[in-house]
Amino acid sequence: MTTATTLSTISSVQELAALRHRLPGRRLTIPADEPLPLDRGVSLGPATVAYTTYGTLNAKRSNAILVCHALTGDHYAAEPHPITGKPGWWEQVIGKGLPIDIDRFFVICANVIGGCMGSTGPSDINPATGKPYGLDFPVITIADMVRAQVRLIDHLGIDKLFAVIGGSMGAMQALQWAADYPERVFASVPIAGAAHHTAQNIAFHEVGRQAIMADPEWRGGRYLEEGTDPRRGLSVARMTAHVTYLSEPALHRKFGRNLQDRSGVSFGFDADFQVESYLRHQGSSFVDRFDANAYLYITRAMDYFDLAAEHGGVLANAFQDTPVRFCLISFTSDWLFPTTESRKIVHALNAVAANVSFVEVESDKGHDSFLLDEPEFFRVLDGFLKGCAEHAKLPVSVTGSGT
Amino acid sequence: MAEAQPTWRADLAQVAAMVAPGSRVLDVGCGDGALLTHLAREKEVDGRGIEIKQSGVNACVARGLSVIQGDADTDLADYPDDAFDYVILSLTLQATRDPKAVLLDLVRIGRRAIVSFPNFGQWRVRLRLLFHGRMPTTPALPDAWWSTQNIHLCTIADFVELAAEMGIVIERGLALDASGQPLRVGAAGRLANLIGETGVFLLRKD
Repeated sequence: MTTATTLSTISSVQELAALRHRLPGRRLTIPADEPLPLDRGVSLGPATVAYTTYGTLNAKRSNAILVCHALTGDHYAAEPHPITGKPGWWEQVIGKGLPIDIDRFFVICANVIGGCMGSTGPSDINPATGKPYGLDFPVITIADMVRAQVRLIDHLGIDKLFAVIGGSMGAMQALQWAADYPERVFASVPIAGAAHHTAQNIAFHEVGRQAIMADPEWRGGRYLEEGTDPRRGLSVARMTAHVTYLSEPALHRKFGRNLQDRSGVSFGFDADFQVESYLRHQGSSFVDRFDANAYLYITRAMDYFDLAAEHGGVLANAFQDTPVRFCLISFTSDWLFPTTESRKIVHALNAVAANVSFVEVESDKGHDSFLLDEPEFFRVLDGFLKGCAEHAKLPVSVTGSGT
Repeated sequence: MAEAQPTWRADLAQVAAMVAPGSRVLDVGCGDGALLTHLAREKEVDGRGIEIKQSGVNACVARGLSVIQGDADTDLADYPDDAFDYVILSLTLQATRDPKAVLLDLVRIGRRAIVSFPNFGQWRVRLRLLFHGRMPTTPALPDAWWSTQNIHLCTIADFVELAAEMGIVIERGLALDASGQPLRVGAAGRLANLIGETGVFLLRKD
């Protein structure tokens, strides 16, 4: 794969948009005559769902796990990222002998619609105009993302997923799956998630969106046509968001008030502090792989997420008589999707006597803990999946017969 | 990822014996999941647990049990009526803030409730208090007064009286000795209250 060299040759957002159609992985085409109905009342089609799989689907098609990525994630969960060359975001979770064991499970991970890594999103060509969608792309929701995933699961000939697992926005999808398709999911594992986006969550997203839209190069979302690149806006959006993914103890441990390559402050606005330099790096590397309009659309989808509102304002109604086994996992230092939000879901599930496990993992690494090396988290996920496999009478390995 | 085996307690065998095979069970205060593991294995029970200590919860879930972190005093209110065949509260009642409210929830959520508790009327407890004038510590109550979680200790007689007052029916009762063996005495009687180390009761609402 010529991935790392690819990155160094990308000089514009336009090139990046073109490159996305040549990325490795598999693709499902949703045809124009069977478009995807969206919550917004319109439909999307033709559309593409880019996805990747790991492991082997067993003969009964009963060992499939759908892994849902977070806001800025993609389907390259357990392989090097084709643009950055960095390891997959869940390489420590998905693999042989890991909690999501690919000797046992068939793992599917799809780029969300509205995204920018191969699934149809605002940087794609609008067939109606022959130009990039930009803001003509319909606003999508978490339920819409799940609908696209359902098409994919149908296409793969899978009636029932063994599990849907995801962190953050992936947790929202795991919940949406359980609420909308309870008969098609054996287990749902929402990690570091919530049943709705809080006012604080929306507020941070709005800061990010405003940063993008305030960049003069954004051009009302038409930067691809106009040959501009709103990388400064997108980078500020990423910087803000990145702070919300960490915790003060984690930042303190990593940077404290340490200065960046200097012995004293500069009495200017250069990156004096290491934390500033780190954030600037986070921002500028992000824009090399992400699309500004996609960022607007996906953050909006998260903001609109409110599972209780879809069910008469009572979250428990979303799970009435659910046969799904749930495992909720939160992290002590996650202030973006705090434990209290997971606990609300647990209360709702208890109210319908659902089968639920709930674990709060001690970690000082903030919201991003679910992407990091947290042995306790891995142990819990591993144990939960093994327990579920036992209940589902799933063989230990794809070819084996025992449990 | 090897896990330590859950710790088995003497009273649990008698609690488990009261559970019908294949039933739905909620174990409140399930610790590290010893009883739930046993019930799943031996009686094919569909079990859930609530445990107040996070370390216990994590150990349970890592073992494949359906357990949540929660508090008997606050979190039982969420559950609907008759959600389980049995709700079990083993050696936990005496540590709750409001045992009466907890008992009401147990028989509301479960068609049956199984409650076990250390008997504060046991002769050793009585003698320690009588002769030493100190808060008793016994094999069943090993902690000092300042470190114990037990804030609402009762005797078997007290428990029987409260159940009657609340209109809770005692379907079965056992008084256990220190090794967890049932004593051949009427569980609700004066002798049980004198020699029983632990009381185990199968309850239902009237």
